[in-house]
Amino acid sequence: MSAPIRPLHLAVSIDRPGVRDAESYVRAARLAERGRLDFVTLGDTLGPPRRGASRLDALAVLARVAPATDRIGLVPTVTTTHTEPFRVADAVSTLDRVSNGRAGWTAEVSATEAEARHFGRRAPAPADALWHEAAAVAGAAARLWDSWEDDAEIRDAATGRFIDRDKLHHVDAEGPGWSVRGPSAVPRPPQGRPVTAVDGTHLPARAAAARHADVVYLRTGPTPAPGAVRAARADLHARLRALGRDPGRVVVLASLPVALYAAADAVALADLAGSWWADGVVDGFHFRPRDPDRDLALLVDGTVPVLQHRGLLRSFYPGGTLREHLCLPRPANRHTTARRTA
Amino acid sequence: MTDPRARQRKQMHLAVHAPGAGNTTVWALPPAGPATTPAKGSPELRPGGPPARRSPCSGSHTDFSSFRHLAATAERGLFDFLLLAEGLRLPEHKGRIHDLDAVGRPEPITLLSALAGVTDRIGLAATADTTFHEPYELARRLASLDHLSDGRAAWNVVASSSDAFAAENFRPGAAHLDRPECFARAAEFVVTARELWDSWTPGGVPRPFAHHGRHFSVSGTFDVARSPQGHPVVIQAGDSEEERESAASAADVFFAGPPGTPEAGQALRADVGRRLAAYGRRPEDLKIMPGVTFALGDTDAEAQENAAEIRKQQVSPQGALFALERVWGRDLSGYDPDGPLPGIDPDPAGEAAPGRAPVADPLAVAARWRAVAEAKGLSIRQTVIETAGRQTFIGTPSSVAAQMDGFVTAGAADGFVLLPHHTPGGLDDFVDRVVPLLQERGAFRTEYAGATLREHLGLPLPVWKG
Repeated sequence: MSAPIRPLHLAVSIDRPGVRDAESYVRAARLAERGRLDFVTLGDTLGPPRRGASRLDALAVLARVAPATDRIGLVPTVTTTHTEPFRVADAVSTLDRVSNGRAGWTAEVSATEAEARHFGRRAPAPADALWHEAAAVAGAAARLWDSWEDDAEIRDAATGRFIDRDKLHHVDAEGPGWSVRGPSAVPRPPQGRPVTAVDGTHLPARAAAARHADVVYLRTGPTPAPGAVRAARADLHARLRALGRDPGRVVVLASLPVALYAAADAVALADLAGSWWADGVVDGFHFRPRDPDRDLALLVDGTVPVLQHRGLLRSFYPGGTLREHLCLPRPANRHTTARRTA
Repeated sequence: MTDPRARQRKQMHLAVHAPGAGNTTVWALPPAGPATTPAKGSPELRPGGPPARRSPCSGSHTDFSSFRHLAATAERGLFDFLLLAEGLRLPEHKGRIHDLDAVGRPEPITLLSALAGVTDRIGLAATADTTFHEPYELARRLASLDHLSDGRAAWNVVASSSDAFAAENFRPGAAHLDRPECFARAAEFVVTARELWDSWTPGGVPRPFAHHGRHFSVSGTFDVARSPQGHPVVIQAGDSEEERESAASAADVFFAGPPGTPEAGQALRADVGRRLAAYGRRPEDLKIMPGVTFALGDTDAEAQENAAEIRKQQVSPQGALFALERVWGRDLSGYDPDGPLPGIDPDPAGEAAPGRAPVADPLAVAARWRAVAEAKGLSIRQTVIETAGRQTFIGTPSSVAAQMDGFVTAGAADGFVLLPHHTPGGLDDFVDRVVPLLQERGAFRTEYAGATLREHLGLPLPVWKG
């Protein structure tokens, strides 16, 4: 089956080191929404502050942004090494609920000694082991999101049953040293499964991405060369096929640092994005602004209109959920499917 | 407008616990129809418009819109805070998910972060247990909520003692702890969280922290700047000896059980007061707010009828048999809920329902139920309803306002956490009909005087311990 013809996908980081008022994040997300971007990301780590700058829990920030926005996807980084898989799944599920189906998460690991000391539970592990666990967490989350079938809540007064217990399922998901019995504490989220993203630049993460990611970032430097990105994407596609996954159902974004000083820079970025997309290098871009205010404004008011004018970017949101923005179908519930085929 | 009497008398604090999973939430009422939902733009929805009289209806208890409605209602009623429970595991019965009660709980800190964006003043309290969390991560999420809400965050501390059932959803860690150790871990957890919240100077400079105790050995640098309240408000829930002690040692609010009588409330205050003194704390440092239920009516008789109807709705025929099986420890599915209690005795070795507190002395409970049933000629269902206990406050709005005010002026409580029996409209009538009468009596605020939850509760900012 050939890959569907996708529009150019755009996402932007709204990281703002040191900023702790909610309004700054709301303004940035609204600006990105005005540019009709697919989603915003917000980075996170359980490590110490960088250069003394305060940081907020990214998922909480984007939950705060959710009711102040209508269409833009919300994708916080959520770490998997020192957190509880059950809570990671429920928190992302709840973000999907408060945003009416606009949630995703970028799965990350905690590899440093500093992060390990903040928890005092386990020693730092090598990247391979951490990403093996991150894949297990993503797998557990997907199972927990399916643990309530969509029509499990029946409210049948005649029989006194609130739920149809045949439509709630234990998951018994396992990772290294842990297991999760399930089902989730919260019903299936609006998107069925919120969007899972992974930075697949490095090989251990790419292996996890091939198993579970809907969106994969491939990071580049400030003067990006298409060759390396093209090769990494081809490698990812080979891994997806080896696992029986359709590469057409995984959105690969080049993740670029951007610094836009003038309108000409914004147009140059549009040229680059347009040519990479036309050449089939990637499915879209994840921009990482150096200056969150200046760069995002030029991106939305400079780069986006050029791409729209060239017919590469839509000028409205045809759908309401992040999956719809990304042309990804709502996943069928594995239990419902199993029942219907039985 | 400030009522002059307000300065002369003690005012109560009010909070609401969002109705959700559990056997007291009535879920089978007809959904809101067009006749009971005011249309967009109708006078009922305008600020300052007339309150709509609505029939109770059962909406979703997991959709964001329901929480949004409840939060808006509570904020319209000038409540101190809204409290959300946390889901650790769905209750099961005989190895299968229990299907008779409402289930499903959104993750509270995420949901409250979203509510912070659609409310301005109301406090946002998240339940978080201390057995299946770690201090660094939870302290960070709560401090984030405090920043995102401009100082309205609270943490309802729960020590999930020896909960092997819930433990199956979490990493192995604290799951093996026995009850005293769970409370010890909870106490050390709160201390550690406060150390993390104190690790930034008020001037905004992060400083290293180190905590090496029995349950936690953590060190490093916390990454969230000191939050608007310094520390989010700490609430201790429960009724046990251990929970009273935890409340006295470390909490700002004690979310106690229903008070019974003013005398019982005074006794609780005296007991907690002695414990506070042992920690060098003053009585006013801990607000005692029991959880209470209520039923309203235009007359006392109508209120009693409504109260009985609610209790009946809370116990379905199937729910009555389930309650009976929990006491008897036997399969009683063949019995008629409208028929008499079983002649056979409980099996003390019978299977308890996981995820629920075991019935302490089933033989004694059965004897009591039989006595009630025989004395009043009650069926199984009627017996379960009769023994489940009545609402704390039943009456006309004016009578309920007087009862609540009486508790507070008698020194039996500092306020109440209301537990509505349905969502999303379970608080509407209270806010529209009782709150104005409390205000008329000078027993409740007529406007928010401050911006943060600490200010609503009259709690000082914590002293920075750098």
